[in-house]
Amino acid sequence: MTAALALGDDALVLAHRLGEWAGHAPVLEEEVALANIALDLLGQARVLLSMAGDEDELAYLREERAFRNVQLVEQENGDFAHTIARQLYFSTYQELLYGQLAAGESEFAPLARKAAKEVAYHRDHAEHWTLRLGDGTAQSRERMRRGLDTLWRYTGELFEPVDGLDLDRDALRRGWTDSIGSVLDRATLTVPEGPQRGAWTAGAGRQGLHTEPFGRMLAEMQHLHRSHPGATW
Amino acid sequence: MSASEWPLWEVFVRSRRGLSHTHAGSLHAPDAEMALRNARDLYTRRSEGVSIWVVPSSAITASSPDEKDPFFEPAADKPYRHPTFYEIPDGVKHL
Repeated sequence: MTAALALGDDALVLAHRLGEWAGHAPVLEEEVALANIALDLLGQARVLLSMAGDEDELAYLREERAFRNVQLVEQENGDFAHTIARQLYFSTYQELLYGQLAAGESEFAPLARKAAKEVAYHRDHAEHWTLRLGDGTAQSRERMRRGLDTLWRYTGELFEPVDGLDLDRDALRRGWTDSIGSVLDRATLTVPEGPQRGAWTAGAGRQGLHTEPFGRMLAEMQHLHRSHPGATW
Repeated sequence: MSASEWPLWEVFVRSRRGLSHTHAGSLHAPDAEMALRNARDLYTRRSEGVSIWVVPSSAITASSPDEKDPFFEPAADKPYRHPTFYEIPDGVKHL
């Protein structure tokens, strides 16, 4: 089922990326915050992947080309501002997406209604950090700007059609653009210029084409299960 | 700004309606808004609370251990200050 895979892979891959901060976050409080967000996403991924098949098999035994996540979520953490930029772009999209799904009657409505509250908090967390980093010191501002600029080219893919998802994509894009514009304005930053897709890369995650860092991430995520099939705690 | 420069905040959580806020712990945060969010992540994510207060630790004036005797000792031998001679009906909670 294409749609469940697409949304489930978004949540799974971003959960893993955020989990990579464990033991490395700038302060203990923020490490817990990022881990909480990661666990929320992992919970969503489990429900969504179970709708598409066996969750463990899908997460641990698929090859890179079989993953259907957008390329935005697979991008490396970079510095903290880079992670926050990725989180702002994605959680703003995910909140609007789940909002639409929750109002509908598809098989995703029950999950969307529950997850919408989690995602609203993820977006709020990213917004507050964007405001503080953007309107903070010269260095925090520069790093936030760099994160937003670098990831901008991956944002176009968020609005591509997904088979099996009945969405008002124009409203999705409009809501996202307004929301991001308003946050960046309050953070005294400007919305990045330039295309929302790369020359060939963006727009392809949903078709199974991924960027270079994704293979390394998958190798780490899957190696335990592949080395010790069926291992449990 | 490194974490060591972030101010310390005391966190008070009300576990449910009708009870008072109780001290849950402390944390570092750059400002009150972030302190509230950190408190939510650190102290209430297993549904421990319905309301959170954060207070700058520097705003709290505490009694000193040296003053323990003059502060608390005189109350020890005055049992008539406690309502120990009443029977509490079964239906009364939170007393």
